[in-house]
Amino acid sequence: MADTIAAISSAPGEAGIGIVKISGPACKDIMKKLMVSFPETIEPRHAYLSRVSRDASSPDSEIIDEALFIYMQAPNSYTGEDVLEIQAHGSNVALKSILQAVLDSGIEDVRMAEPGEFTKLAFLNGKMDLSQAEAVIDIINAKSDLSLSIAESQSAGRLGDTIRDIRDTLLDILAEMAVNIDYPEEDEDEIGGDGFFSDDDDNGIVGQLRWVLSDVQTLMETASIGRIAREGIRVVIAGKPNAGKSSLMNALLGEGRVIVTDVPGTTRDTVEESVSINGVPIVLVDTAGLRTTDDKVEKIGIERTEKAMASADLIILVLDGSQDLDDKDDTVLGYIEKMNSEHLLVVINKDDLGRSVSEEEVRAKLPQATIVRTSLIEKGVPEAVKLVSNAVRDMYDLGSINAKEMNIITNERHMRMLRNAEMNLDEAISMIQSGEPLEVAELSVHYAYDSLGKIIGEEVGEEVLNTVFSKFCLGK
Amino acid sequence: MTNNSVNDSKYNVVVIGAGHAGCEAGLVAARMGMKTAIFCTDLESVAMMPCNPSIGGTGKGHLVREIDALGGEMGINIDKTFIQSKMLNTSKGPAVHSLRAQADKHRYHDEMLRTIRSQENLDLFEAEIVDLIVIKYPDEEDDSSSFNKCKGKVTGVVTSDGRTFSADAVIICTGTFLSGKIFIGDDVTVSGPAGLPPSTHLGDELRKLGFPMRRFKTGTPARMLRDTLDYSAMKEQKGDEKIVPFSFMNEDKSYDIDQVSCWLSYTNEHTHKIILDNIEKSAMYSGNIVGVGPRYCPSIEDKVSRFRDRNRHQLFVEPEGLDTDWMYIQGMSSSLPEDVQHAFYATIPGLEHAVIVRPAYAIEYDCVDPLSLKPSLESKLFENFFCAGQFNGSSGYEEAGAQGLIAGINAVMKLTGRDPLVLRRDQAYIGVLIDDLVTKGTNEPYRIMTSRAEYRLLLRQDNADRRLTEIGYELGSVTEERYARYLAKKSKVDSEADRLRSKRVDINTFREFLLLHECELQKDKMTEEQLERKRRDIAETENQSFSDILRRPSISYEDLAEIDDDTRPELTANERTEVEVMLKYDGYIRKQKSEVEKLRKLESKNLREDLDYHSIRGLRLEARQKLSDIRPRTVGQASRISGVSPADINVLLIYLEKEYRENNSRTN
Repeated sequence: MADTIAAISSAPGEAGIGIVKISGPACKDIMKKLMVSFPETIEPRHAYLSRVSRDASSPDSEIIDEALFIYMQAPNSYTGEDVLEIQAHGSNVALKSILQAVLDSGIEDVRMAEPGEFTKLAFLNGKMDLSQAEAVIDIINAKSDLSLSIAESQSAGRLGDTIRDIRDTLLDILAEMAVNIDYPEEDEDEIGGDGFFSDDDDNGIVGQLRWVLSDVQTLMETASIGRIAREGIRVVIAGKPNAGKSSLMNALLGEGRVIVTDVPGTTRDTVEESVSINGVPIVLVDTAGLRTTDDKVEKIGIERTEKAMASADLIILVLDGSQDLDDKDDTVLGYIEKMNSEHLLVVINKDDLGRSVSEEEVRAKLPQATIVRTSLIEKGVPEAVKLVSNAVRDMYDLGSINAKEMNIITNERHMRMLRNAEMNLDEAISMIQSGEPLEVAELSVHYAYDSLGKIIGEEVGEEVLNTVFSKFCLGK
Repeated sequence: MTNNSVNDSKYNVVVIGAGHAGCEAGLVAARMGMKTAIFCTDLESVAMMPCNPSIGGTGKGHLVREIDALGGEMGINIDKTFIQSKMLNTSKGPAVHSLRAQADKHRYHDEMLRTIRSQENLDLFEAEIVDLIVIKYPDEEDDSSSFNKCKGKVTGVVTSDGRTFSADAVIICTGTFLSGKIFIGDDVTVSGPAGLPPSTHLGDELRKLGFPMRRFKTGTPARMLRDTLDYSAMKEQKGDEKIVPFSFMNEDKSYDIDQVSCWLSYTNEHTHKIILDNIEKSAMYSGNIVGVGPRYCPSIEDKVSRFRDRNRHQLFVEPEGLDTDWMYIQGMSSSLPEDVQHAFYATIPGLEHAVIVRPAYAIEYDCVDPLSLKPSLESKLFENFFCAGQFNGSSGYEEAGAQGLIAGINAVMKLTGRDPLVLRRDQAYIGVLIDDLVTKGTNEPYRIMTSRAEYRLLLRQDNADRRLTEIGYELGSVTEERYARYLAKKSKVDSEADRLRSKRVDINTFREFLLLHECELQKDKMTEEQLERKRRDIAETENQSFSDILRRPSISYEDLAEIDDDTRPELTANERTEVEVMLKYDGYIRKQKSEVEKLRKLESKNLREDLDYHSIRGLRLEARQKLSDIRPRTVGQASRISGVSPADINVLLIYLEKEYRENNSRTN
């Protein structure tokens, strides 16, 4: 069965509409998985409007967006395979979430498309217009030059070095495996022998694979910093109505350079705005869920607030300091407490109207929070900006992030390859531990090695054998 | 033309050389109905083993099984003449289990000679071939730098005494005989291996014809008199108790022979000192040898000087046969002078008083750059000229035999107007071997290794017949008898696998069985805590079919007999292995097969032989040159050429598509 490939196919950057394009046999399965309103029959080339969920079969699953689904049946499509286009709101965030939902759908053989792969498929399946052929050669050449220069700049940087170090270790492991398989009668002094492959030796293969795995995971953890640099810091403002949320939001919007106007966000009840404050891109998420008093709706609102907070890089809780904490405050506090977010700013507002809420009271519930007492209305816009930019500066030491010095994964494809490597290393370790044969475990190590190689544009060739011959003294 | 009648000197297929490649090539061509002649410089050289007295080993054992599955002779011949048998790698999984047998060199030669002499359609001549008879095609321009242009056609051969033999196809398998030179210290002798006469003229003639010739070298250790060695100082290496034959034809035979032992010993610091003190006397270091040697088979002086921190290297003493008292010293090849050899061999426990009957030597020989071959093993330069074995830059008896068989089959294919047999990398080690040689080329004598195969789990020795026998039968290299055997075996294995897929026992029996095999019998390998966890797991495990139980690493097909209340079918050892592997590694095997499917698309896109890569816009210069030189048959093969990038492959695909459309619109 062929792979199903997916990618964001609209131009990067903010636009009214963005497209996630999918090609391959799993298109219909993906529709079924993602569409909350899945039509009984799917007519090719018809647009179906539906909310998009990570898993439409589960009512609890998060709604990502609302989008148009257009299905094109093979061979009447751009690539000649089944193609699905999901047209969604143009924000980068929404498109990435949809793409991620597709990739994480759990449907077999769905993966990220390689650059130029849709076009390649179109050629392979004879779909490319003749008049386009010449033009596409040029595009592909330009692309490969570009990817070459990207690869070059990355290979000059630390990321390339780190990946190469990890691969060197894997190469040694692969050579060790190869020599054990191909030279079963070599001197045990020379090759690792059975001891090397038993799992209770930290210097043995399992120990080495674990080191590699943790290196890969460390790299993967940097992806969140990479995302912040690329997409902005998600700031969720929470609090009951009239506590001062809106003052804060409006102050920031008024001061910050507004990048886009209202974009209906991930749910009806939250509003997202992108602003740039002191040069740092920030996505403000206003949770409106606590506005109504109708119990049923409020419940939904709180759930959404909770979800918004879960995906936040920074939560700002605004409390009305002039009144004692009430049930509504407690509800929000409870959720935030449960969230256990590291990056938390509590603003005790309306300081000019009285001090009914103490800092200790808040700290008892949220010990990790940064707590500020202020009066947003009285002190106005500069105070709001200072609050947020200080919090951002303290929590995310962005000034110190220097992409040239640090290994930060910013690229979705790189992340994909790292995940692949992680999965295969995991698999290799558990295979060795459960006594699966060496040549089966070797496959997984090989796949991990290949995946990492794809990040820096190197694939496996003769290296393993070359290492075998340079490292081991073999002879028959 | 001499007094030979015209009829006597006219053959469909002429094979030059009677080594392991030549024998397979000649036999298969004759068996497929071609009037065939094999030429050798000396009858002694028929299926001679000039180096180690063994057949098989990792990767190599797989090749022998594949040769056998296609109707070749090597497996049958070694089964008749082995004196020790061993299955290697049994501590690993079945995909890399590898059979190796110690051969009786003389009997191996005698048996093969007998087989050749009794083969219908096949003549054997003791005569040196000194030249090819060729028809040259009119040449528009002299383009000698490139070896991809067909210059003509080979139509026969000339012997050293001036006789000519016409041939529709010629297969060259000259091994280490072609312009052979033997080196022992400063001594340089023009010679073939083991002191046999070399082929002295043909190499130069090939150069004149424009073949891209190269010099490779290899080496062999000393031979010693059996009774002069002290076996008490060495460690005995016995054969397996249970003998598994190579040939699928012998699967049901039981072998009850007295196996002979090999012996293990080690070098030491004294050995190393003598070697290092005299290193400049080695032919390798004096600069006498220009040929490139293999990295995987280094001489002892190479090992000692490259790995100076090692204080010992192992060596095996192996008997060369039952009727000879020569012993082979594996792992100790050398090109040092004889007196130095005497000195360092004498430092090794067991060899102190050894009488050396033939010193170690290095041998240098002519071979062709395999990039000048098509995947069918036909030369790109001259039609109907096929090449096999060490002539193509490989090393090893098994590698040679495999190429000889394919060259023989493809000569017949060509003469009968059929498509050549080109095995894919996911089909056979033979496919890996030939694709590596003709696509990547080689800078040293090429040896097969399981690590060279991407699809190791598919290419097992137990299923070589399943992969290849059908193909051989369709081409005509496999006999009715072999095919019938294969079909019977296949249906036995498949029906047993089917039975296991649905077979279950009651849950209690199932859990008790798991408790025994996964806890009780594993006790000393696990901590008390692990055992307890395992017991709890088993208590909650739901019932499974036998095929699912088999996926558990510690359970074998044999183990399942304990709870199997059906009457089990009678299976041979190989059949049992095949059933077990099919089920046990089903998941992994399917994963590899899906990898293969993904690449198949590129393998099915053919590239025209006369494609002008220099005219394709967008190809990088390096890719243009490599593609023009190598002329891959498919886009898949092109993608394996070093120097051809994925972007180049995309450009190629676009070009093909464009061309296809233009042709279509023209015909419409």
